[in-house]
Formats: sequence, structure tokens, C-alpha cells
Amino acid sequence: MARPSLRERRLLFVTGKGGVGKTTIAAGLAQALANEGTSVLLCAIDNRSDIGEAFGLSQLHFEPQSVSDNLSLMVMDTESALRDYLRINMKIPVVTKIGPIANAFDFVATAAPGVREILTIGKLCYDVRENLYDVVVVDAPATGHIIGYLAAPQAINALVRVGLIRNQTDWMLEILSNPEKTGVVIVTTPEEMPVVETLQLLKKLEDETTVQAAAVVVNRTLSDLVVPRDEPVLAGLSAKRPDAFTSSALDGLFEAARLSGAKNTVAHEHLATLRQGLDDDLSVIAQPYLFDCADASSIVQAVATSLGEEIQ
Amino acid sequence: MTSLREATTSSRILVTCGAGGIGKTTAAAALGVALSQSSERRVLVLTIDPARRLADALGLDGIGNDVTPVKEVTGPGELDVAMLDTRASWDSLIHRHAPDDETAQRILSNSLYQNITGRFIQSHDYIAMERLYELVQLQQYDLIVLDTPPSRNALDFLDAPNRMADFFSSRLLRWLTAPARGGIRGLAAKPFTQITDRILGAQFLSDITEFFVLLESMYAGFIERAREVEALLVDPSTGFLVISTLDEAPLHEAEFFIDELEKRKLRVYGWLLNRVLPASLSSPSLLLAMDELERSSLDDVATDLDVPLTHLSTVIKSLVMNARAWSNVAVRERQQISQLHSSVPLVAVPSLDGEISDLEGLFALGQRILDEPFVLEFGDVQRSESA
Repeated sequence: MARPSLRERRLLFVTGKGGVGKTTIAAGLAQALANEGTSVLLCAIDNRSDIGEAFGLSQLHFEPQSVSDNLSLMVMDTESALRDYLRINMKIPVVTKIGPIANAFDFVATAAPGVREILTIGKLCYDVRENLYDVVVVDAPATGHIIGYLAAPQAINALVRVGLIRNQTDWMLEILSNPEKTGVVIVTTPEEMPVVETLQLLKKLEDETTVQAAAVVVNRTLSDLVVPRDEPVLAGLSAKRPDAFTSSALDGLFEAARLSGAKNTVAHEHLATLRQGLDDDLSVIAQPYLFDCADASSIVQAVATSLGEEIQ
Repeated sequence: MTSLREATTSSRILVTCGAGGIGKTTAAAALGVALSQSSERRVLVLTIDPARRLADALGLDGIGNDVTPVKEVTGPGELDVAMLDTRASWDSLIHRHAPDDETAQRILSNSLYQNITGRFIQSHDYIAMERLYELVQLQQYDLIVLDTPPSRNALDFLDAPNRMADFFSSRLLRWLTAPARGGIRGLAAKPFTQITDRILGAQFLSDITEFFVLLESMYAGFIERAREVEALLVDPSTGFLVISTLDEAPLHEAEFFIDELEKRKLRVYGWLLNRVLPASLSSPSLLLAMDELERSSLDDVATDLDVPLTHLSTVIKSLVMNARAWSNVAVRERQQISQLHSSVPLVAVPSLDGEISDLEGLFALGQRILDEPFVLEFGDVQRSESA
């Protein structure tokens, strides 16, 4: 069966090694889908995420905030997810604030990591199951922690033998395991560790979870256009310093050329490693290095535009 | 203090910290290489998850939990490297603190233990501190460079020993484990047990309880160790180097970290801004040169270099386009740096060409970090670098 494309899926987890621009890509992807008329929920898992900034929100809440016709933003909060969960699934009326219970719960959840993760995954799957949005894009934890979330239903099955939470894992697994519904987008840069972690994560996804990779985004790709070629001419210019180039700052031009050249050489090597390790049908999307964008909002818009073209 | 080298002359522990993906591990290794080759100090670099290339650069076939000497470092000092293997360190910790072998075995085979040590984010933080203490006790090193785990919350690793101690002395834990210790839970506990029973199943709750009862036997050991680690961190010979790039998130993380370290009265040697573009790319003369180039006639140059004019124009055009692109970024970076506010000295090092693949590369980077003049007053970056 052919791998469903990114646009066919309804629950997209965007992950990647720290520092590769995972949050920006998640925001850009959500915006790109919203631009096409799809209703999108963008959910940050980390409450310290600054994803809201790009959309003019200083603070994210568990309750989704609409930022445009098709796009809403929220941040995951396990206590609120638990309250929702109790109300919807267990028919346990939450009369007052569950404060003290939540504290106790927090304690148990910290001790047994599967609990926190299952609530997060459960909330996301619920939104998909109930068709609250066409697509849910998740600014997910980094490569090192994402497996704990995606494998949470299995972890719970292994740890908890009975109880209501166990009965809930089946429908979650159904959504997570269906490649037409759920997919992981791995963000990398053309550098060593991000590529290594991408390949490791792909293997772990296969071995430890039921979730399929949907695409790999290579962020900060230099286009060949900006890498000045023709070494002989460059060498000639550098050696002869013709009169037209009186300014000593010609060095700056060469420094910039060297920088691009070096980055490009490194990038080609790691991209080759990446492609070699990927299944042929997994799409690799290049996201260009953004030289001209300064603020969060213009960066996200630029990413949305270029991703929008790529995922057509 | 005018440079990191000066600030760290008598330091025994140097902790590098910051967000993930900013070159922290490479910087720690580079500092280790530079200090062991430029002084007589015996240095240990304790790292978390080094890239293959970094291990190669150090001439190692992979780095294990055990301390490995870097033979290529030929003095005057010595360099050892060790990697933090969270799981192995936890296992040995359990063996050390458990009252007897049987308890140790029961803990090690508990499924909750395996979950906690494998996935509990803070467990990395705690074990890093634990391993640091162990290595200090060996008294084999003049300096230990500790590369910290990429913490989601920068505080986690500083608080890890205390949090572990709090955890064991918490009322909640006592209450949770009360039935197993022969006591009873009060009436107030009822809603909690009801809910957890329904959600998680009673079996799970009793598994948790059993696990903590076992762990409790090691309580005294944990508490004592937490105190010792804390003493190590506040010692005047321990200091932190906060690292970030100019990207938004790592920058915020660094500011937050410096703030918290200072609140705790811990010593911060400086703030290393990594992968900053070279100052020459933001210089006004570069911008002038580009205008000049676009206006000048290239006929003579083409003749001089013996290439067709159209070809030369294409090359020049791409040179200028490329330089403009980078200079946009570089100018933005300088503005960003000049707007930083911090009470600690700043060290800005440029992105190096390509990636570091050998010991010389690490040495050069380390020397650069150590000798780059401290910028003490913010807003002075441009001046001090062009001087």
C-alpha cells in the first residue's frame, strides 16, 4: 500500500532534535493547511513553547484560541486533560476544583510516565475522533521524548492490567496505527546529529510504536543559487585583485562564499546519509534557509508559503 | 577577568549548560582538549551523547560509561572522556544504596523502575549529578568538564538532587505507602483512591506502592548524597558556562538559566554565544563593496582573468547575492547581541567552516572560546570586536 501523503492525514506530530526549528515548522505547517481552507488545531505539548508569539498570542491556554478563520492554538495541560477525560469518559462529575486530587495525580503521573503521556495522546486522539477539526498539528516533544508519547497506549497496556484507562487505549491505538489518520513529521537540518537522530527515530517508530512517519522536512537548506560556484574564477579574483575591486572588503565576499561552500559541502554529505537511510516512498521536503525574515510571524508565514507549495 | 581562560584557572568543575542542539557537547569537548593541551591539568570530560564525529575526532571507538583516556592528547596535561549511561548508572546506584541484594534485585526487576529510569526525564539530571560526585571522589582530576543533559526545563538538573530528596520525604509518598507499612490512609484519601482505582486499577496503585516502599529503604542514602552534591555545586571552585545560539528559544533558555544560577548564588563564568556569524559579514565596508561591485565595469577584469564577460558577471552576481544574504543575517545578529542584557561576561564565537572532524579542530575551537576577550558591558560587542 502506498504511503498516504502528509495532506491526507488528520493527526500530525511534528518532532525533531532540539534546535532544528521544529516549532517553526509545526506552526508553518498548520498555517499552510489553514491557508487551504482546512480547519486546523495547532497544539503545543510544552507549556514553555513560544509558538503563540508568531500568531500574536502572548499566552496559550488549554482552551483553544482562534487566531484566524481556520486556525486555533492550544497548549496541552495534563490536569485539564484529566478533568475533560473524567467528565467525558468516566461520567465522574467534577464538582469542585480537583486541586488536591490533581496534586496527588500529578505525583502518580510523574512516577509512572505513561499516565501523563496517555492523557496527552488521549486528548489529541479525541479531537480527531470527534471531528472537532479537520487536522490536528502537534508541536510535539523532541526526538528523545516523542516515543514515550506515541508508545503510551502500549506502555499503559503493559503496566495497567485492569481499570477504565486500559479500556480507552484501544480506540487510541486505532487512530494512531492508521496511516491515513496519523503521521509523524520529522524535522531535521542537513547536519550530523539531527540526521543521526532522524534515522534513529524512524527505526524506533517502526520498532516501538504503531505510528507511521509521514515526511521528513530538511530545514535550513541552502539553495544552490546562493552558493557561488566556479572555483577558478574565484581563485583568479582572489589572486589578482583587479583594480576594479579596490575595497579590501572583497574579503567579506569571499568569506561569505566560503561559508556557503562549507555549509553546502557538509549538507550534501549528511543529506546523502539521510536519503540512504530512508524508505523510498517517504517524502523529503526541503525548507530553504530564511535569510530575510526577522520576526516570528514573518518566519512562520514564509515557511507556510514554501511548505504549502511542497505539499500540494 | 578578561577571558574564560582566566576565569577558570583555579576551577575544578566546569559545567556547560543550555538548550539542546546548540553545540554544547562539542564545546565541552573542545574545552577539555584545549585545557589539557595548554596546561598541565588532568582533565575529564563527562558527556551525555556525543556525535559519532565527535568520538572520532577524539580518536575513540565510541565512548562508554567507563572513563577512557584520549591518547592523542600528548600533554602537557591529560584528557579522559566518559559518557553518561543513564541506565547503567542507575543500576549501580541501586546496588550501592540498597540494604541488601534481594531488595536491589526486586527494584531492578520492577517494571516501574524500568519505566522511570528509561523515560523519566529528570532521571538523567539526577544521575548526571550522581556520576559527577563519584568522579570527584576519585580525586584523579584537576578539572572535570560536565556536559549537562539537554533539559527541557533548565532547572531540572540543578534541582534534581533536592527534588529526589523531597520526593522521598514527601507526605504524599508516606501516605501512599502507608498501608504497606502497616498504617492506614486517612479518610481524606478516599476520593483519590476511588478515582485512581477506577482509572488505573487497584493493581497498578499497589504496584506503585510496592515500588516506593522498596525505594524507601534507600532513602537515607539518597538524602545524604543530595546534600553532598549540593555542596559540590556551591563550592567556589565550581562554575557554569551557559551556552546558546542567537535563536530565540535557546536565547531565552540561557537568560533564564543565568538568572536562576545567580539566584542560587552559583558561579557563572560566562555566556558563550555559539555559531555567531563573523563580524566582517556585518561590517559597513562589506555593504559598500557590494554596491561598488555592482556598479563597476567588468571588461578589464574579464580580460585580465581571461574569462568571458558574461560568465564573470554571473559569478560576481552570485558572490554579491550570497554575501547580501549572509550579511542580512549577520547585521540582525549584531543588533540582537547589542540588545542583550546580562550580568555575566559574554563570549561570542563564530560558526566555524564546516564541522569539526579532528583533534586540531577541537583544540582550535577550545582555544578560541578560552581566549576570546570577555565582553563585560552589553552593547559593546561591536566596538570590542572591530578594535
